[in-house]
Amino acid sequence: MNSKMKSNLEVVGIYLIFTFMAVIIIYPIVWAIGMSLNSSTSFYSSTIIPEKWSLVHYKWLFTDPNSDYLLWYKNSMIVSGCSAVFSVIMTSLVAYAFSRYNFVGKKTGLYTFLILQMFPAMMAMVALYILLNLVGLLDTLTGLILIYVGGQIPFNAWLVKGYLDTIPRELDESAKIDGAGHMTIFLRIIIPLAKPILAVVALFNFMTPLFDFLLPSIILQSSDNYTLALGLFNFINDQFSNNFTRFAAGAILIAAPVSILYLFLQRYLITGLTAGGTKG
Amino acid sequence: MLERERVIDNPLNEKGNNNKPKSVKHNAVLATILSIIFAGCGQIYNRRFFKGIVFIILEIAFIMTCGDFINLGIWGIRTLGTIQGVDHSIFLLVYGLISIIMLVFVVAFYILNVKDARKQAKLIAQGWEPPGLRESIRIGYDRSFVYWLTVPGFTLLIFTVLLPLLFAISLAFTNYDLYNSPPRNLLDWVGIENFTQLISVPIWKDTFFSVFSWTIIWTLVATSLQIILGLFLALLANDSRIKFKKLIRTILILPWAVPGFVSILIFAAMFNNDFGTINRDIIIPLFGGDGIPWLSDPFYTRIVLILIQTWLGYPFIFALFSGVLQSVSKDWYEAAEVDGATRWQKFRNITLPHVLFATAPLLIIQYTTNFNNFNVIYLFNEGGPAVQGQNAGGTDILISWVYKLTFETNNYSMAAAISLIIGLLVSVFAIFQFRRTSSFKQEGKI
Repeated sequence: MNSKMKSNLEVVGIYLIFTFMAVIIIYPIVWAIGMSLNSSTSFYSSTIIPEKWSLVHYKWLFTDPNSDYLLWYKNSMIVSGCSAVFSVIMTSLVAYAFSRYNFVGKKTGLYTFLILQMFPAMMAMVALYILLNLVGLLDTLTGLILIYVGGQIPFNAWLVKGYLDTIPRELDESAKIDGAGHMTIFLRIIIPLAKPILAVVALFNFMTPLFDFLLPSIILQSSDNYTLALGLFNFINDQFSNNFTRFAAGAILIAAPVSILYLFLQRYLITGLTAGGTKG
Repeated sequence: MLERERVIDNPLNEKGNNNKPKSVKHNAVLATILSIIFAGCGQIYNRRFFKGIVFIILEIAFIMTCGDFINLGIWGIRTLGTIQGVDHSIFLLVYGLISIIMLVFVVAFYILNVKDARKQAKLIAQGWEPPGLRESIRIGYDRSFVYWLTVPGFTLLIFTVLLPLLFAISLAFTNYDLYNSPPRNLLDWVGIENFTQLISVPIWKDTFFSVFSWTIIWTLVATSLQIILGLFLALLANDSRIKFKKLIRTILILPWAVPGFVSILIFAAMFNNDFGTINRDIIIPLFGGDGIPWLSDPFYTRIVLILIQTWLGYPFIFALFSGVLQSVSKDWYEAAEVDGATRWQKFRNITLPHVLFATAPLLIIQYTTNFNNFNVIYLFNEGGPAVQGQNAGGTDILISWVYKLTFETNNYSMAAAISLIIGLLVSVFAIFQFRRTSSFKQEGKI
């Protein structure tokens, strides 16, 4: 009897902890949604539950001639989409080489990748600016995409290589005996089996550019080329139009679909990460 | 691979079976010397005409197109320009680095060329007959396939990661700042002067040590908190008596799903001293007073930053651990119960080792990412509030200080010197830790 009561008390305690966590988690989200639905543009008059509900900020983003929201959206989709596609291609090629072949400098390459990841990307910013300027790619989406695709290789090549190492080599060997060439083995055997980890790579490289503001803020200068994160950041950063409610509306429009996607995919993300990153 | 060996071995074996290998007059030393003099000559001496001509064309093309550039680059990186106002030190530095990278590849190619000529000359001397043109192209494709796989990735990597890093490292040894910047002025190599300044000039010394100690505290406390909270919640959510598991999990993962960029900016607004909801709706109604100066007192800003990072970071750990916890065999716990183990003993001796073993590399990465977690620090309060007597804000970590030095005060050399220190610290820590975890040892063997 006593132990049963103790157990019940524990369960209640656990639920209380979860409730507390839920409040802490949901409060900022609800607050931001409330902000975005508030008809005034400043904080001072706003409360968490707006007195006057309105979609005025959402409408402004889409219809006002001063709003570049749709243009930013398009830019972001181009950058994120290209970055995801090219990252998957580059990374899978490199990871396949590291996983299945012996070549000059293989071990050095692996260690170099590991060390390269450790150096802060910030270090390279000035150099990237100068380099892009040198080749005339400053203030272009192409330049931005190239940097994202190149920068992700060290980390993701490790991840994908770890995963490919778990695919039995006997599969390649038997295909080779059946007369399959290098490219056939890669495209018809390795790629289909590596789909889960490649999906993870694609997702990472879609999301990172979508919400990165640092690199775009250095590379992109004209507002026509802004990505969403950069444009949204300027809503609040710009001293002349400190406009949090508008930011909230714009941010929710992009954060909502992404969050829902993440919630659905997180299980695969974790499986991919543990399989590739730790080899359990 | 197998076929290539057969092609090389078979002729030898056949000859070997007949009699002793027939010696041909063919001098390996001569082939080596010829290929050193000019790439491809050794191959032509070996009567591999196609290969030899390709090598010769490659070398001539290289000298014609890149010779001048490399010459300029090497001169540039040595002197960083000599005529003020005409030579642009930064461009010269970049040319120099590109030249050095090119030279490394050329030297590697040359060594391969010499080795190839020598090896084949030796084989020919033993009586080996080289395969025909078509066959050797096929073999060449087979052997070089792996390089074709990696060339696009490596090229991009060199220009977007390696070259910028080398550039930044070089900057740390120059005197590039707002007052001494090209094209108006020339830069000079100053050796380790930036590093000695950092630990001897008072304003740099004070700032460096206060920023450095906060960075360490920040990394250790914020990361450990998020790992502990993640583990704790994962254990609770894994309890068999709990219902609505799916709902609980979804809610707990939510902070991970919401883009960090957005949540940090929302938090920044919530903690605003004047109109943020934390002061206005929680602190003032409950405790009275004027609210807490979240953004203007370094102490409170630091506390909030650590809490926000915990909020942002625990869901990943939670999701990770939840997955691993389900893979712990029930038998172990049952066996422990038979032996009369307490709950703490079960946790300490079964759960914890299992979970940590499976996730160690990912946890190490958590520490290194937080060490360089620019986004939280900068987006929340731009590293502020300002502190007297130092040129970094009260919550600046090394990386956000580097950002300010680079883009606000244009002190490029010092920024590069500090980021070099960051890079070295993090990589030494990470390599040391990775080497200790078993999963990396397996990796190293392959």
